[in-house]
Amino acid sequence: MNRRAHSLMVMVVLLSVVVGACSKKTPPVARPMPPPMPTATAPPPPPPPPNPVAEPVPVPPMPVEDTIGSKSLDDLNRDSPLKPLFFALDSSEVDADGQVTLQANAAVLKQFPTWQITIEGHCDERGTAEYNLALGERRALAARTYLVSLGIPADKVKTVSYGKEFPFDAGHDEAAWTKNRRAHFVITAK
Amino acid sequence: MTKSSIATKLSVMALLAASAVLTAQQPATPAAAPQQPTSVELRLTGEPGSPPRLAVPDLLALSPDRETQDAARTISEVLFADLDFEREFSLIPRDTYKSIPVAGSIDAVPFDRWRELGADGVVIGTVQKTPAGIRVEMRLYNVRARQSAYGREYTGSAANPRVYAHTMADELHDSQRQLRGVARTKLTFISDRNREAVVATVEKRDVKEVFIADYDGVNQRRITINRTMNLYPNWSPDGRSIVYTSYRSGVPDLLISNIYAGTMESPTKGVGQNWLPVFSPDGSRIAFTSSRDGNSELYVINRDGSNLVRLTNNPSIDSTPTWSPTGTQIAFTSDRRGQPQIFVVNTDGTGLRQISFESYADRPTWSPAPYNEIAFAARTGPGFDIKILAIGSGETRQITFGEGSNESPAWAPNGRHMAFMSTRAGRSQIFTVDRDGRNMRQITKDGNNTTPNWSQ
Repeated sequence: MNRRAHSLMVMVVLLSVVVGACSKKTPPVARPMPPPMPTATAPPPPPPPPNPVAEPVPVPPMPVEDTIGSKSLDDLNRDSPLKPLFFALDSSEVDADGQVTLQANAAVLKQFPTWQITIEGHCDERGTAEYNLALGERRALAARTYLVSLGIPADKVKTVSYGKEFPFDAGHDEAAWTKNRRAHFVITAK
Repeated sequence: MTKSSIATKLSVMALLAASAVLTAQQPATPAAAPQQPTSVELRLTGEPGSPPRLAVPDLLALSPDRETQDAARTISEVLFADLDFEREFSLIPRDTYKSIPVAGSIDAVPFDRWRELGADGVVIGTVQKTPAGIRVEMRLYNVRARQSAYGREYTGSAANPRVYAHTMADELHDSQRQLRGVARTKLTFISDRNREAVVATVEKRDVKEVFIADYDGVNQRRITINRTMNLYPNWSPDGRSIVYTSYRSGVPDLLISNIYAGTMESPTKGVGQNWLPVFSPDGSRIAFTSSRDGNSELYVINRDGSNLVRLTNNPSIDSTPTWSPTGTQIAFTSDRRGQPQIFVVNTDGTGLRQISFESYADRPTWSPAPYNEIAFAARTGPGFDIKILAIGSGETRQITFGEGSNESPAWAPNGRHMAFMSTRAGRSQIFTVDRDGRNMRQITKDGNNTTPNWSQ
């Protein structure tokens, strides 16, 4: 798009030069040479755009940092910038989607290096209560290991398993189970 | 009399003395004084091949006040239910002998009427008000022999008349059937019935607290008040303490509540995350699951926190220990070969072997003697069912059949019954069932109730 706009502009400039040249009604023989010149003089119009474009870039991060930084822990956790990671049945493997989620969470955590977080491991009701406690722990640890591999300090990340004791969706269908097999992030200190 | 039944009797006396609720005495009459020969001689028998038929009419209230009258009726109703529970007697429905007059003494027992009814035995008793509470006297009569087969007199508080019935039922089972009854045992379990919110979380989460109840579900009482999540309560062998998993510190850790003393102990002293504790048969040690070394492994620790021993060591989940009755082996759950299955290992870490071959199996619970069996929850469809594995033969039989999801079996101390949790009634509730799958009873109704354990 930019390239096309640029070449259009060049064409317009060229045409106006040609039109201007024609209106002078001077001997045509010596005139054909200047056209290269207009291409050199044409660039001045493009430069202005870069300036306005460059200005807005640093602006967005500032307000974001302010709103997150000023929120209470409860408000932060109610609408958390750290997104949950979901697992397959009986599994604690961080899949491709999970890795994307954890990379985004890691980016947030790097922005706020003072935060302490706890990763809660949760399971759906299709496992037994007892085994699920260990499975939830393994899920939380898997999420923690991946975060640490992305450069998050290990001492900032605690884990705890709640097994299937605190489901996020009380339903008894696949839609509910999918939501309940998760590593859930809680910010415990700022 | 066998050694074990004498031991039972001694522990019965110790329990009575300790709780100071009841004092049992031999009756003044000589009938039951030379107890052992008498009870053998007059032991009730039924028709060949069938249990003795027993009638339990209302006890006679010797005092006219309401409390004594109520106690007399309650004791006979509870005694009937307690005796019925073990299926060692065939109980004749109480409404079929309402017209037979209640006897106040042996001379007045209308043996012909009871014989007509087809009773082999009848329990006759009296309740009398005393300055301190009540005196309860009970006699089991052999209808054909027209003699007292067993008799006891109790004095104590009138606050909980059910205790007299439970004590009598256990003694009748012991003396007449050489059976250790469970009438005085208790259940412990987890409940969210109080609908209190867990503190310090933005999600709405109900606290889960430890409760206890009589074996029949009566007298349900809350034991913990820490307003977090508590899981997997397990009785000490003496029935005076419960060890459980508590999230009081934010992560799962072991706590012991001494429920009559009102004190607590922390055997693991806050080291690591620890869950699923189980007292050893002698009460001196606790087996549990912990991730203190990186992932879920099995450990054993002394009750006082000394002598920590690690039993398993591999990158898979090892969880949910249960002691063999002798305390020399531990069965547990491991997913080291794929899905969770039941394994057995000696307490010194040797002799590991897999014993379940289900699609998914968890919560092994080792039966007390004389049954060498392990009950567990197996995935049978969308949910779980209770199965029992006979260790000797390796054969497995199923106890529940897909009605709701059924999990977390826990044996009664005589190995004849199990408590478990089931969603068959909607939410998670505690049920009891006999080891042959019969005699299913719902114990809880209020809130969600999970992970039961049966006292010794």
